[in-house]
Amino acid sequence: MLKITGVEKTFNPGTINEKKALNGINLQLNEGDFVTVIGGNGAGKSTMLNMIAGVYPVDCGSIVIDGVDVTRLPEYKRAKYLGRVFQDPMTGTAADMQIEENLALAARRGKPRTLRAGITAKEREEYKELLKILDLGLEERLTAKVGLLSGGQRQALTLLMATLKNPKVLLLDEHTAALDPKTAKKVLDITEEIVSKNNLTTIMITHNMADAIRVGNRLIMMNNGKIIFDVSGEEKKKLTTADLLEKFKISAGEDLNNDRMLLS
Amino acid sequence: MEIFTQLLNALPGSISQGLIWGIMAIGVYITYRILDVADLTVDGSFATGGAVAVMLILNGWNLWLAMLMAFIAGLLAGAVTGLLHTLMGIPPILAGILTQLSLYSINLKIMGKANQSVNVNQTDLLISLRWVKEFALHNPLITVGIVVIVLIGALYWFFGTEMGCGIRATGANLNMSRAQGINTSFNKVLGIMLSNGLVAFAGAFLAQYQGFADVKMGQGAIVIGLAAVIIGEAIFSKIFKNFALRLLSVVLGSIIYYIVVQAVITMGLDANLLKLLSAVIVAIFLAIPYWKGQHKAKHMVKAKGGKQNA
Repeated sequence: MLKITGVEKTFNPGTINEKKALNGINLQLNEGDFVTVIGGNGAGKSTMLNMIAGVYPVDCGSIVIDGVDVTRLPEYKRAKYLGRVFQDPMTGTAADMQIEENLALAARRGKPRTLRAGITAKEREEYKELLKILDLGLEERLTAKVGLLSGGQRQALTLLMATLKNPKVLLLDEHTAALDPKTAKKVLDITEEIVSKNNLTTIMITHNMADAIRVGNRLIMMNNGKIIFDVSGEEKKKLTTADLLEKFKISAGEDLNNDRMLLS
Repeated sequence: MEIFTQLLNALPGSISQGLIWGIMAIGVYITYRILDVADLTVDGSFATGGAVAVMLILNGWNLWLAMLMAFIAGLLAGAVTGLLHTLMGIPPILAGILTQLSLYSINLKIMGKANQSVNVNQTDLLISLRWVKEFALHNPLITVGIVVIVLIGALYWFFGTEMGCGIRATGANLNMSRAQGINTSFNKVLGIMLSNGLVAFAGAFLAQYQGFADVKMGQGAIVIGLAAVIIGEAIFSKIFKNFALRLLSVVLGSIIYYIVVQAVITMGLDANLLKLLSAVIVAIFLAIPYWKGQHKAKHMVKAKGGKQNA
């Protein structure tokens, strides 16, 4: 479903701030794979997701989604294949627009935007039903501005928007990191529910090692722009956080340096 | 008492000007509020609209067709700014200034000289300040009033379509828009075009109203447009929530602006100081939300500090 081959990216090349963010990434995801990604600060986790999404161009390598080479496609054209949820709850939704308008924007992802109605009465009914899944009472507030919602509500809504059109790949960039523990759990539960119901191919970056082990069928660990550990199936289920720390030390030759990860 | 009578006499004229500049202010609203871009092209495109309309009217064109061409000229001016910004990576304010400057030359070329007049005695016009107190269709109050209502209706419809929602989303959140497959560059260009189309359309009305087009007629237009937007929001934002009503509040803001201007002139203010006064008023209104935010932030720090001490 997703095939990344030899992707490299260097930021600020030739300057004192030169940073090799991705150093030859190879990754292949099968349909329905749910991969969790962990790694230290600056390991290249977010950069990898941004490369898939087309936020910046790659230096070399190729990205193929469901047989389509998207390496040279601009971000807005790749959006057709992708669903994305960001770390910052403010990023994924338009605060000045209504809940239903945000959903309607997402429903038109990958389609030409014409002079037809931006939202129809039929859609409103559908959105009402969809929002009920979240169990946050949003179905009663369709015309409320998204800016009035809490961070957790906004992330849940973004998740719904990202999965509204069954994306080929769902990209979750630490989407629960900015939330309080209780809300984070709720959003993660909703994530698992939606992903399994639609059998979505998913990449989820997380700083929570327990979540990384428990959720999904595959786990990868990144360091210095490389994938240093890739485990799936039964072997993954048996992992413990101690194992992960140990693995990291062996592969990277240093202790895991993600402050948030160690605190959680 | 005499001042009051004078004011009352001048009222139809003030409202007419307010309506015409209200169309211009709607254009500013589209860039400044919806697209979140301060577009300075308008100072040039306003005069372009006037120049195009006047020259075509002098050449015997149908009046509404001349207005349409003025609108299209504005669209093109907006396209230039939009492309300077999106294709060449020039910051929007600078892109607008570049277009505005080049339009000065273009406007001179369109008219052949610094100004061109259309005499209402010799040429048929849609509106003229001479008819401002007549009860007839060519009274600017009626003609422009109807046009404003039609425009607001059309914009209300447009910004409810998929395309219009794309422009609104682009202004609201670039990252989210791209993630939802919206071509943000295209939508910025589209929004700036539409804005300048309306501005030029308003310029075409003003040229007929005052009987001439002048290369300097758009000077400071952005400030007047902003003043109208800000006054309209300050007074009506609590009661007007609907998008169409918000556009209406911009036009009402423009009318109020012109009535206030008329009032201070009638009361004896030197008309030369008018632009200074407008700029000061706009600066203060722009500062208020910033000051409010700072005040709030200070308050929160204080509240937190208090807790820690306790």
